Amino acid sequence: MILDVDGVAFNYRSASVIRDITFDLRPHQVLAILGPNGVGKTTLLKCMNTILRPKAGSVLIEGADLLTADRMEIARKVGYVPQRCEAGRMTVFDAVLLGRRPHIGWDVTEVDIRIVEAAIRMLSLEDLKLRYIDEMSGGELQKVSIARALVQEPRVLLLDEPTSSLDLKNQLEILGIVRQVTTEHNVAAVMTMHDLNMALRYADRFILLKDGVIHAAGGPDVVTPETIEAVYGVPVTVERYNGYRFVVPLEPESA
Amino acid sequence: MHFADGAIPADYMGYVRRKHLWILGGVVVLFLLLIVSISVGAVSIPPYEVFLSIVNGIVDRVILLLNPGTVLNPSSTDRIVWNIRLPQALAAIVAGIGLSVAGVAMQSILRNPLGSPFTLGISNAGAFGAAVSVIVLGTGQMQSTVADAVVLNNPYVTTLMAFIFCLLATAVILLISRLRGASPEVMVLAGVALSSLFTAGTMFLQYFADDTQLAAVVFWTFGDVGRASWQELGIMAFVTAAASLYFIANRWNYNAIDAGDETAKGLGVSVEAIRDIGMVVAALVSAVIVSFLGVIGFVGLVCPHMVRRLIGDDQRFLIPGSCVMGGILLLASDTVARVIVAPYILPVAVLTAFLGAPVFIYLLLRGYRR
Repeated sequence: MILDVDGVAFNYRSASVIRDITFDLRPHQVLAILGPNGVGKTTLLKCMNTILRPKAGSVLIEGADLLTADRMEIARKVGYVPQRCEAGRMTVFDAVLLGRRPHIGWDVTEVDIRIVEAAIRMLSLEDLKLRYIDEMSGGELQKVSIARALVQEPRVLLLDEPTSSLDLKNQLEILGIVRQVTTEHNVAAVMTMHDLNMALRYADRFILLKDGVIHAAGGPDVVTPETIEAVYGVPVTVERYNGYRFVVPLEPESA
Repeated sequence: MHFADGAIPADYMGYVRRKHLWILGGVVVLFLLLIVSISVGAVSIPPYEVFLSIVNGIVDRVILLLNPGTVLNPSSTDRIVWNIRLPQALAAIVAGIGLSVAGVAMQSILRNPLGSPFTLGISNAGAFGAAVSVIVLGTGQMQSTVADAVVLNNPYVTTLMAFIFCLLATAVILLISRLRGASPEVMVLAGVALSSLFTAGTMFLQYFADDTQLAAVVFWTFGDVGRASWQELGIMAFVTAAASLYFIANRWNYNAIDAGDETAKGLGVSVEAIRDIGMVVAALVSAVIVSFLGVIGFVGLVCPHMVRRLIGDDQRFLIPGSCVMGGILLLASDTVARVIVAPYILPVAVLTAFLGAPVFIYLLLRGYRR
């Protein structure tokens, strides 16, 4: 197991947000965390790299407990791509280089530069290398953000709604990259998502959250009309086309 | 995960080199400006002689250090350079560096382009401290000559009071941000509130002051780099150097915070701690400068923005660049202030904005350059 989450709970003051979250993940797996707005998807993601400290439970990465590790140590194991990232007057190369922060002593080394260059090539950002990120589109910025998390050389990648503001082409490209990275670099990825069909296309593990607890978890077969209706309160049918599963909402009268 | 097969990108390395050249160019300009600044004044000294006098003075001091008791016989030029103009020019450079580096750090920490020692009320707190000292403790006095019209009976009490109030303002801001969570918005707003509070306090005291005290307070409030002795200059230089080194050492952390708090945390940065410590360091360096030299506006706010326009937001270049720009702007302002209405010498604070604002507006209009 690369990631072991056991009994994680989090609450703001008295209001419980998530509780009893237990799952594990192997290398090469992509996990999609699904559920309606406000159910605690992002909270769960943040608990997994201790941006929010879980009130109970444990998070292990390759057997090492994250809750007793210091922030730098965690940053060398977990890469986090937030929903939005501030774009200052910085070049793409420098913005990605920032991902080496957990590994940098006083200054960057040649190794850091080489790693960043390779990541930039992997995400086809070469032509934009010296562009300022405050002049870039949402899709390009998202790629920079992912490249930054990749050069941390993490074991687990966490992505908070990586496709929420992207067009179709960019969604496919970003999720394709996540898929490719997990296979080529022997890591696991966890993403929160709203688009069920994109999740079904690119993820192989699924967690459906309802009222802060896991309602269903497992492979693609846990995404059924019953679980979707239970979690989202929307009647759907799950169809197959070209080997992919698709969730199609039903008209209320035909439900 | 391994990416070790990447190449060293020549274009990026060239880009980094260009940024370093900008900063190096700034250092050269600063040095030339130092010579020019010392050479102009009531007695004009040719730049070449200024240079010789500086070298001579250094050699003399080394000799004195090695053989205590040696009797030196400095020329009148050496006296002017070493006793009057050099300390003033160096004070301008040190104060410029200190205020500018404090400004750049606060802008990043507070995530606010208006961050500077003034936004947070630190300077106004210092002015209030000076007013308390002069009016309540009675440390101000007036003489009738035009130059040096006001003498502070006990300048160290005034300095100390200014310093205490600067730190008090910082402590209050940090305390408020602790209670409400260390969010940058809370810090900025607390600073604005404190700034008004201390300004009102100063006005209250001034209303009940006699004209001697009033003049002393106003005089103190005009920031003037000519006030510093070599000893005070030493203290300011030490604090400024330590603070600048601290900020440069944390340049990656500030870059991470600029990318957003969550990104920074994900990159292993203890955001709240870096913010709090950075605030204390920035406040400390501003407090030392304000309490020795008085209120010098604009430098801390505008220098970082000038450098942003020239070389971008990357803190690796922005912090050292702001240091150099701060030194240049304040030294240039002081030089102009000493000659513009000769034989009178204006306090530099009167001129910083006059000189800085047009340059700043020009840069705003021109936009960024790569």
